[in-house]
Amino acid sequence: MRKEIPLLITFLAGAFFIADYFIPHTGFSSWAETLNGWTIIVIAFAYVLGVANVARVNLDYIQRKGKDTPYKIILLVCLLFMMMVGIIWGIGEHTVFDWFFINIYSPMQAMMFALLAFYIASAAFRAFRIRSVQASLLAITAVLVMIGRVPIGEAIWKDFSNFSEWIMNVPQLAGKRAILIGAALGAISTGLKVLVGLERTHLGQD
Amino acid sequence: MRKFLEIINTLDRRWIFVFIGLAVSLPLFFPIGIKFSVSHPVQGFYDTIEKIPDGSKILMSCDFDPGSMPELYPMTITALEQMFRKDLKVIITCLWPAGPPLVERALAHVGAEYNKQKGIDYVHLGFKEGKEVVMVSMGASIPNTFPTDYHGTPVSEIPIMQGVTNYREVAMIVNISAGYPGTKEWVQQVQSRYQIGLVAGCTAVSAPEFYPYYQTGQLKGLMGGMKGAAEYEKLVGVMGLGTRGMDAQSVSHLMVFAFILIGNLAYFTLKFMKRKESG
Amino acid sequence: MQIRRLLLCWFTASLVLIATLAAIAQEQAPAESGTTIDTRWFDFNRVNILVALIVVFFLIIYFIEKAKRGRDLFVRRIAGLDAIEEAVGRATEMGKPILYVPGIDDMNNIQTVASMIILGNVARTVAQYDIPLIVPLRLPFVLPVAEEAVRQGYMSAGRPEAFNKDNVRYISDEQFAYAAGINGIMLREKPAANLFLGSFFAESLVLAETGFSTGAIQVAGTANIHQLPFFFVACDYTLIGEELFAASAYLSREPKLLGALKGSDWAKSIILAILGVGTILVSLHVEWFRNWFLVE
Repeated sequence: MRKEIPLLITFLAGAFFIADYFIPHTGFSSWAETLNGWTIIVIAFAYVLGVANVARVNLDYIQRKGKDTPYKIILLVCLLFMMMVGIIWGIGEHTVFDWFFINIYSPMQAMMFALLAFYIASAAFRAFRIRSVQASLLAITAVLVMIGRVPIGEAIWKDFSNFSEWIMNVPQLAGKRAILIGAALGAISTGLKVLVGLERTHLGQD
Repeated sequence: MRKFLEIINTLDRRWIFVFIGLAVSLPLFFPIGIKFSVSHPVQGFYDTIEKIPDGSKILMSCDFDPGSMPELYPMTITALEQMFRKDLKVIITCLWPAGPPLVERALAHVGAEYNKQKGIDYVHLGFKEGKEVVMVSMGASIPNTFPTDYHGTPVSEIPIMQGVTNYREVAMIVNISAGYPGTKEWVQQVQSRYQIGLVAGCTAVSAPEFYPYYQTGQLKGLMGGMKGAAEYEKLVGVMGLGTRGMDAQSVSHLMVFAFILIGNLAYFTLKFMKRKESG
Repeated sequence: MQIRRLLLCWFTASLVLIATLAAIAQEQAPAESGTTIDTRWFDFNRVNILVALIVVFFLIIYFIEKAKRGRDLFVRRIAGLDAIEEAVGRATEMGKPILYVPGIDDMNNIQTVASMIILGNVARTVAQYDIPLIVPLRLPFVLPVAEEAVRQGYMSAGRPEAFNKDNVRYISDEQFAYAAGINGIMLREKPAANLFLGSFFAESLVLAETGFSTGAIQVAGTANIHQLPFFFVACDYTLIGEELFAASAYLSREPKLLGALKGSDWAKSIILAILGVGTILVSLHVEWFRNWFLVE
């Protein structure tokens, strides 16, 4: 029953929410609303479990004195610090929590995102070599869209941005739709397998 | 010549990083001021909000974090400017945990400029975990999903929330999103179910994914990336962060194009030389 | 037979549940005045979606049954998945580990579920060659599932003692901290092969470029379309969209998974046919066919 009960819950919950999409009855929808509320509460508790899991995994590593132990200690200290600071003094503007968020967390996150600009340039330099017909189509389209979607494109040719929009709205959209349809079908298929219990990897296999 | 071409062909990527760094930073100090026009999806975003009767209530979902601030924060500021100018009442939610402090900053900045009052002209309901579940739950009851605002005030005591039960009481939804959960989920879970007007601003890399929704009318307007933000700023008549970043973006794109060109020239010239040597 | 029995039992259970909830809902006190009450038990505007869902479900179940009866189902070669075997071989020759990144999303994302299935297959292959398999994770809830998948893989290869729990590592909840952690692993441990299979977002290029700089063979797969271009330019092989979902069937060759893949392929063929017919009819200004597929 260790596997059967979770599978049954999965199926019933999935079937219920599929049914909710087709049944507009107010009374039935109120059940869906109630279940949604329960889900939000459970997910909120997942944060508590997440913190406990983070602490457990890292404490376990520290106990075993792995080579990254100093980083794990820093992680736990920072976690505890931000939690305490947020709980004691709040998370509004001009609090200690807010200071760390704006002056440390935000710039660090923005910095990692900014790395993409450099990586895109080096990837483009390396990958856009016209070795074949497909590669040349890729390179030419990429260059046209790249130039057309910034103001310099319009400065070169006034209809550059319209041409770039056409590439985005017609050939790009067609290809994207095809991939979207395929991916959606794949997701439906995998979802069905999970719902009926054909796929049980997430529960641990027998 | 051959040695030079071989160096170019196998150029250490750190040289590329240096040139890109210069291409991005120099135009920020020495602006060029390249002009640009407004695209249809961004015009759609602006027009949809303009058509809403003054004084109506709008739901705005700011689903982003500091990583995508350069592209999405200007959109948020400018959208708030347009909505406050029309005296629209804005109800703001966040589905990303790091979103609320950024929203607070935007509201403090724009709200003060237009003398808007918290609780009367706008309310920030804060973050709620649950992703699509929260979206669907708001369709049943927004007060039940967000019983208090970001500062802990019960929603029943907030004037702007009086009479607001679910999506039927808001004129439209404005979504600014950086990924998941975001625009796609708003279209799938909310727009398709409740047939409510929806406009979206997203990162440049995500924008192509939402063109199908714009084409079918599920999205009434779409802004993609910093260019979208700059176009929107032009329509609203503000000189914001989006516009200021356009020169840097133009020069850096040209730089990438130059690298692609140089790389291919070096590649083909070397190939031609080798073929000539081998007879 | 087993599937039919399962389906029958659970379908009955869900009907009973829905009917019970409906009966209770019917007796509930009327809603507050001013609220619109809907007493319909079925929204006929969505019957087209229901029909489509039933057709897709039927096709998948039919082909699963067919596959279980021993019929050989053809699946075309997917270069990216064949490359996984090549990657494992290369790692064995070089004596270096394999890095498997299952994406950054939680278990509620179907791509992560698909990635865990592939992970089990990869672990089984890797166990046979006795090379380390490093699996860095972003979310704590994925950790036990990944551990179990890898453990099962090693067990089914008959090498349970080779499973090293320390190689399935939780890194960080934060997207770019996770990416930075993986970059660190790639630069320090220099895996021979990097497998990026799952749901990825902005960190995809950061990971792929760093992996490229270490000289590893890289196979990526995601259904997040906006990240596919980055994987294309930086990886040796890329699985596009549903190829990720097909991977579990392709690698394991299990009849039920092959059948499900075949079923969804047939569903796609039907959609293609509808697109073709619809395009022709709309071009001739015949609207009734198109209107069948409108969702209100």
